[in-house]
Amino acid sequence: MSGITPSQTVGPYFAFGLTPTDYDWNLAIGNDLVTADASGERIRIVGRVLDGDGAPVVDSMLEIWQADAGGRYAHPADERAPPNAAFKGFGRVGTDREGRFSFETIKPGAVPGPGGKPQAPHIAVVVFSRGMLTHVFTRIYFADEPANAADPILAAVPADRRPTLIARREDHGGQPTYLFDVRLQGDGETVFFAI
Amino acid sequence: MTLVYPRDSFSVHPPLDYAGYRSTEKRAPKRPLVIVPHTLTELTGPVYGHGVVRPGDDDLTRQHAGEPLGERIIVHGRVLDEDARPVPDTLVEIWQANASGRYIHVVDQHPAPLDPNFTGAGRTATNADGYYKFITVKPGAYPWRNHPNAWRPAHIHFSLFGHSFVSRLVTQMYFPADPLFPFDPIYNSVADENARNRMVSSFDLDNTVPEWALCYRFDIVLRGRQQTPMEQS
Repeated sequence: MSGITPSQTVGPYFAFGLTPTDYDWNLAIGNDLVTADASGERIRIVGRVLDGDGAPVVDSMLEIWQADAGGRYAHPADERAPPNAAFKGFGRVGTDREGRFSFETIKPGAVPGPGGKPQAPHIAVVVFSRGMLTHVFTRIYFADEPANAADPILAAVPADRRPTLIARREDHGGQPTYLFDVRLQGDGETVFFAI
Repeated sequence: MTLVYPRDSFSVHPPLDYAGYRSTEKRAPKRPLVIVPHTLTELTGPVYGHGVVRPGDDDLTRQHAGEPLGERIIVHGRVLDEDARPVPDTLVEIWQANASGRYIHVVDQHPAPLDPNFTGAGRTATNADGYYKFITVKPGAYPWRNHPNAWRPAHIHFSLFGHSFVSRLVTQMYFPADPLFPFDPIYNSVADENARNRMVSSFDLDNTVPEWALCYRFDIVLRGRQQTPMEQS
């Protein structure tokens, strides 16, 4: 055998298996990443997934992967000091009837990048949906981070498209909230990465 | 162990924009993907194994008071990387229609019966050899509205993580010699015939349990292979 197994669409009916909050099946992975021992600033990320007509995508699934507040990943390939013990840094959510999603998490720290230069704090995102035969990768950066200016990944993105990767901060009753919409197509199409 | 994730491997996946699958029309990104290096963000990924699996999650025929209707089957195989080495203790999630071709999902309006004894969701983790096993019922084909008289071949959805964030895979396992293959745009969106065949399970008579259940074998290959000395220098 040679070659990987090809992707197929997640389809319209994944919720009862992968995001089963409304079904008689246990939830293994959800959209609240915060654990009791997780240090750092608690944040909420909210947004919508929109199609080429700007219409909400109601059957999309987003997954996020991030470092802890110290910039450490809960994975053996990150050989630095161990991260917050229980903080896994991974979340999953399905969009609702208005295409909305949200995550409760902590703001990640800066992580190492190519050539030993740090990357600005960011969260990796993978998007699945009915109507998408393969998942796509993007990133969430934070508008109030001066480190964005020197980030090597943002630097690889044409300047006029960078804003699609940067979440705007609002404070809702003291809860720092970052707004991040995913536009699959059309005006303001989100930057997706070939990795 | 440092793994690398050649970009070429990703090319077996279907294109985002595929006219035969109508729903891609407004959902396929049109701008070119931006090529970026693999940083620690991409070379790490969620670690989920046996810790999130409950006893019985791997037997979809035992999740309710009675047994579901349909043809009981065993689905098993190994999760491997591109060097054919096992991916151990990694989460495998599945979901599927029941034997009548009906999903429990609220949006599914196919006029086929739901089965009170079948949810259709399962979960397990691979062992040290990358081996996994589910017991379920064979899902039925079902109609969809992509084109006139459109029917999906019977399939089980699979979701896997592998060694890193870039090895993430959601796919569908098909059954051998399904007569619907030539007519299904989702199956045919994979251009390469050998790659398409990797989505099709094989009938496994040796592991069929007499008087009880047929068996299908489905090995899954995820991105990731060992670095060669030349790549390290």
